[in-house]
Amino acid sequence: MIIDLAKFIAAGQPFWSELDAFLKKLEDDPHRALPLDQSRRFHYLYERAAADLAKLDTFANEPDTRRYLASLVARAYGEIHETREKPHRFEPLHWFMVIFPQTFRRHVNVFWLTVAITLAGCVFGGFATILDPESRHVTMPFGHDQMKPSERVAHEEKARHDRLAGERATFSTFLMTHNTKVSILTMALGMTWGVGTVIMLFYNGVILGAISVDYIADGQGKFLAGWLLPHGSFEIPAILIAGQAGLILGRALIGRGTRKNLAERLREISTDLVTLIGGVGVLLIWAGLVESFFSQYHEPVMPYSAKIAFGLVELAALTVFLWKSGGRTKLPG
Amino acid sequence: MNASRASTLTIRTPEGVTFALLLASPVTRFLAWAVDMACISATMSILGVAFHLLAVFDRDLARALSIVFYFAAQIGYGLICEWLWRGQTVGKRLLRLRVVDAQGLRLQFSQVVIRNLLRFVDMLPAFYLVGGLATLISSRTQRLGDLAANTIVIRSPRILQPDLEQVLAGKFNSLRSHAHLEARLRQKVSPVEASLALQAILRRDEFDPRSRAELFARLAEHFRSLVEFPPDSVEHITDEQYLRNVVDTVYRSRTAAPTVAFPSKL
Repeated sequence: MIIDLAKFIAAGQPFWSELDAFLKKLEDDPHRALPLDQSRRFHYLYERAAADLAKLDTFANEPDTRRYLASLVARAYGEIHETREKPHRFEPLHWFMVIFPQTFRRHVNVFWLTVAITLAGCVFGGFATILDPESRHVTMPFGHDQMKPSERVAHEEKARHDRLAGERATFSTFLMTHNTKVSILTMALGMTWGVGTVIMLFYNGVILGAISVDYIADGQGKFLAGWLLPHGSFEIPAILIAGQAGLILGRALIGRGTRKNLAERLREISTDLVTLIGGVGVLLIWAGLVESFFSQYHEPVMPYSAKIAFGLVELAALTVFLWKSGGRTKLPG
Repeated sequence: MNASRASTLTIRTPEGVTFALLLASPVTRFLAWAVDMACISATMSILGVAFHLLAVFDRDLARALSIVFYFAAQIGYGLICEWLWRGQTVGKRLLRLRVVDAQGLRLQFSQVVIRNLLRFVDMLPAFYLVGGLATLISSRTQRLGDLAANTIVIRSPRILQPDLEQVLAGKFNSLRSHAHLEARLRQKVSPVEASLALQAILRRDEFDPRSRAELFARLAEHFRSLVEFPPDSVEHITDEQYLRNVVDTVYRSRTAAPTVAFPSKL
């Protein structure tokens, strides 16, 4: 049997147009909440369009009308069957002060795992420097292998002019963008079932451990603390949090201990990943500013004790912020 | 839900209705990406001139801004475009592609962010090799970013609007004088055959003259074999006219058809 197509279209078109108008409104303003009567009408129009599509499938094989109806039904289906919370208007302060630390705490076990992996890398890098001094050419990037720490300290302390004069903003933005890219990559490598993230964290630990042991062994521990603490107290936790996001992603891909399918598992963590990496971005902006405008100045321009104290205060503030800000942790679901 | 490598994703709603989304091929996606890269390059070139001028006053600030803007363009272009244009960038718009949720649900902001941030892995080691390979392997042509964000990229080809009025209205149908034979024709023609005839009529101008004549001759022969109309009704009309009469008969009721304005946007 073939339906009378012209009559069918004439009968259905006012309803399809009405549904299309509803959809345009909803798509243009995701925050729009329909009143009850309009919701009912919207649902009725969706069901009617779905029935028309089914009818067209059964009785007539007219591809263009079918495609039009299928696209209408597909759009309406997305609106009707979407059960996830509608996006709220973004409030940056609330997001950073409440949502970000809550999300961090919700996955704090994964954070401790990233700390453990990085520490393992530190131990490896430290031992490598002690047992095989030649390994410095592999474990120390950015030219740290070219000079003994005591030589560098002497060189820095003797400097009579500001090396960063006229370059500070450039250096600062370079640090921010570079570190953010490294953090995003650390998170994104979670797609390798977390293996890539683990390697990135371990490698960062190796660099940190190798350089730290090199400076301490050369009697430059105070310089090292004064140099690293002011920006490192934000930068290192930021990389760890990026690693936390990467391992959360890896865990969702592996899916051990849950009966949910892959799509559901990924859907569950998507907002948390975005929150964590967004928070990392904010922390790295601060770290970039401090590294450029503060960390690179040494005695006699700036006393190491002041730099160390500043770094410790930052670290304490960040710890309190991550563990206390935002009140009680919101449990999933 | 069902995905086949034949580039469609079929979604069955709880109401029992099925609709298919056309998946974008890796090549089309690559072309859209190339267009997007060209847009970013063009924007950065224009901004580069502005930064060059700014450098006359403050070189440090100009260089810092250029680093920030380049970074923002790299990360933010896809993110902002896809969020504001509901899954489209300039390249995707040009090639009629769109990012949608893999379950057919509403695209969320977090999905847009994740699929764009995971480009960092898809781009490895160069020229989207990882992402490209992933789209070739994936049954839903998803790169790793799509997989993590639970999104797919679909193709929405321009659909030509069939205009039944233009094709059929006002034309004399010689088959109408034999109501009982028309009824038998409606009964015998299957939906597939009817669709074939309708599409042939709607697209008749797309064929070259020889193919057009051959096609309509074959179709007319087939439909003539289904029901035999008296010679006086059919012998003086061309194959194309005959087929048009058949389409008119099977798609319209005998009562006067209402004037139809087809949905303007398909």
